[in-house]
Amino acid sequence: MKDPGKTTQRAPCARSLVLDKVTVRLNGLPLLHIDCAVSPGTILTIMGESGSGKSSLLDFVAGFLKPDFQATGRVLLNGRDLTELPAQERRIGLMFQSALLFPHLSVLQNLLFAIPAGIKGSELRRSMAEKALEDVGLAGFGARDPATLSGGQQTRVALMRTLLAEPEALLLDEPFSSLDRNRRAEVRALVFRLASENNLPVLLVTHDREDAEAAGGDIYDLDAGSALNTAAG
Amino acid sequence: MPPGNARPDLPTVLATGLLLGPVLAGLAGTLLPAFGYLPVLGFDTLNLDAFRQLVATPGLSRSAALSFGTGLATSLLSLAIVLLFTAGWSGTKTFRRLSRFLSPLLSVPHAAAAIGLAFLIAPSGFLVRLLSPWATGWSRPPDILILQDPYGLSLTFALVAKEVPFLFLMTLAALNRPHVQEYAKAARSLGYGRVAGFLTAVLPQIYPLIRLPMLAVIAYATSVVDVAEILGPTTPPPLAPRLVQWMNDPDLAKRLMASAGTLLQLAVSAAALLVYLVLEKAVSAVTTASSTRGWRFRRDRALRGAGLVLMALVAAAMVLSMGLLGLWSVAKSWWFPAALPQRWDAARAGDAIGMGGPALLATVLLAIAAAFAATALTLWLLETRNTHQKNRSRRLNALFFMPLLIPQIGFLFGLNMLFLVMGLNGSFFAVLLAHLVFVFPYAYLALSDPWYRLDPRYTKAASSLGASQARIFWQVRFPLLLRPVLVTFAVAAAVSVGQYLPTLLIGAGRIVTVTTESVALASGGNRQVAAVYAVLQLMIPLAGFSLAALIPSLVYRNRTAMGVSRT
Repeated sequence: MKDPGKTTQRAPCARSLVLDKVTVRLNGLPLLHIDCAVSPGTILTIMGESGSGKSSLLDFVAGFLKPDFQATGRVLLNGRDLTELPAQERRIGLMFQSALLFPHLSVLQNLLFAIPAGIKGSELRRSMAEKALEDVGLAGFGARDPATLSGGQQTRVALMRTLLAEPEALLLDEPFSSLDRNRRAEVRALVFRLASENNLPVLLVTHDREDAEAAGGDIYDLDAGSALNTAAG
Repeated sequence: MPPGNARPDLPTVLATGLLLGPVLAGLAGTLLPAFGYLPVLGFDTLNLDAFRQLVATPGLSRSAALSFGTGLATSLLSLAIVLLFTAGWSGTKTFRRLSRFLSPLLSVPHAAAAIGLAFLIAPSGFLVRLLSPWATGWSRPPDILILQDPYGLSLTFALVAKEVPFLFLMTLAALNRPHVQEYAKAARSLGYGRVAGFLTAVLPQIYPLIRLPMLAVIAYATSVVDVAEILGPTTPPPLAPRLVQWMNDPDLAKRLMASAGTLLQLAVSAAALLVYLVLEKAVSAVTTASSTRGWRFRRDRALRGAGLVLMALVAAAMVLSMGLLGLWSVAKSWWFPAALPQRWDAARAGDAIGMGGPALLATVLLAIAAAFAATALTLWLLETRNTHQKNRSRRLNALFFMPLLIPQIGFLFGLNMLFLVMGLNGSFFAVLLAHLVFVFPYAYLALSDPWYRLDPRYTKAASSLGASQARIFWQVRFPLLLRPVLVTFAVAAAVSVGQYLPTLLIGAGRIVTVTTESVALASGGNRQVAAVYAVLQLMIPLAGFSLAALIPSLVYRNRTAMGVSRT
């Protein structure tokens, strides 16, 4: 059993997502401990079965920790300390097991929702959203009801919605687990490609070893008692 | 993250004040006059005269016994019917069909239901007409006392018909909890009959959610005024309608007696609640004992049949009554024993509506104002608790049930006195405030469940996209919950329309609604006009629920996932 902090290279520069001696407890009992840094354009995969505390870790990083849980340690993103910030100011993009497109809005409206308010002009906003759809091969889908899209299409829209909000890091909470095998690899490759193109540090939570290997980054296995494997690359 | 339960937030404080304030002030305003202290009317010495007077009133113990007996019988019968039917049939097609019938009946105001049921069961009513003269030989209404019978049987019948839909819906909501149905399956796969399996395995899980509504039913049924004035015995009447008579008596000393009587009413209701709590213990002991012995009651067809028949009777009686209200409101002449009116005249209904215009307007304005205030406050409360990461608390639930667990009359008298002193008596605002005490709890009960059931990840998704709390509320949570919010609005409006006693007392004759009018007309014996007003009582909730169904379907007509199944 090794301490992950010793094997992971702390990124020397400030441009990264740093989990600084984070311990999550449930009603006082320690659930997990992690101490690592994810540099831009790389993926750290956290593996674990349900109940291992991986979703509460994501909750902590994204700013949603439930009152039953307590966490110590800090979360730093590009040098900013996020630990005390409310979720909406963290600039951490979150993708869930299901796409969670808002069912009352159209596909385009979902994307417009995400574009920062600082970007003015409805024409510009609209063309950004349409461009985003094009980028993932969904040109012309803007007026559609999200419920009429296939699972893979929904995940792609959700990805673009996340990216349009201009996040500085990505948290992926088993975002591929609801997809069937054929779509899965394709959508996964797309997500990883766009994350690296945008130079984002990515924290991926999964219980699927294939996802973890495809991510091509460090793997932190909660079940294996904090052992850290380094995948090729 | 801020810790959960540090300081009460503003909406919680407001809600507490709105619910507790009038109740406590009202109770105090009842207590003091009962002991002879009512300075506005010139009574300023503490004494027990009012109680002496009260005890000397003829028929007092019979009135109290009637209130206790009809109230407790109503509540127990209603619960028994609901549980027996649910136990025997939940999960079947029959169950689903009947529940669809019963749900809308909840919004029928008590007064309208009582008038309709009177049309159904009176000696000159629809049932007797159907059988006359060919089966009964009667060519004129038989001279038997069915309505206002001395034992309060017709009163009990009407209250059961009205409370069964309420308790049933509460049970349905409880059955929606996760895994509840699996307990039933587990019990049946162990060889228990449907009814026994439900009572021993499922009921203990869901009973905590039915308990407060049941206690509210007992408190209500032991102190009901409007239904008792239409269907209750008159020689003497039950306690609550008598108290209202004294309260409105020109002899001011009677008001002190009414206040003293209110304390008796509180004691009667408390006694009924106490008896129920003892029964609750006994029944729980019996079911535990029977299930630990492994008695499986596999052959329960007779019981299931009884549950179905009773439930169907309730539904049929209510549906028929509503139909009769409609018929009577457009009937010109309808002589006994014809089953249907001989001559129709919709114009007279129109005239009656014209005459009742101000009452209709007041009803609608009160309903809209109360529903808007209650829904907005509920949303504010839930939203604030959400952002402060407070979970649903039992204490808050109990707070909302409190005005429903105390007989209305117990604090409305005092509240009335208070408004009198403040010069607010008879004002729209005072009546609205009195309505809100009863409307707000129902709004909260209607909205809190869908609110907490909304997938929290939508909020997470929105805030990780950088949306502010306000934006998340207005652009995500509120539109996602549009349907339940509108249903809540409709429920709140329906509750406001149904309020009889608060309008009667606080309105002081200056604010009159279709509900107070219909009760006055019904006890005055004017069938046709009473029917018109009762129909108006039905129309407002009906319009509300129709809009609540229609608006989201229109707004979200192109959004598959926003369909009815979500709520």
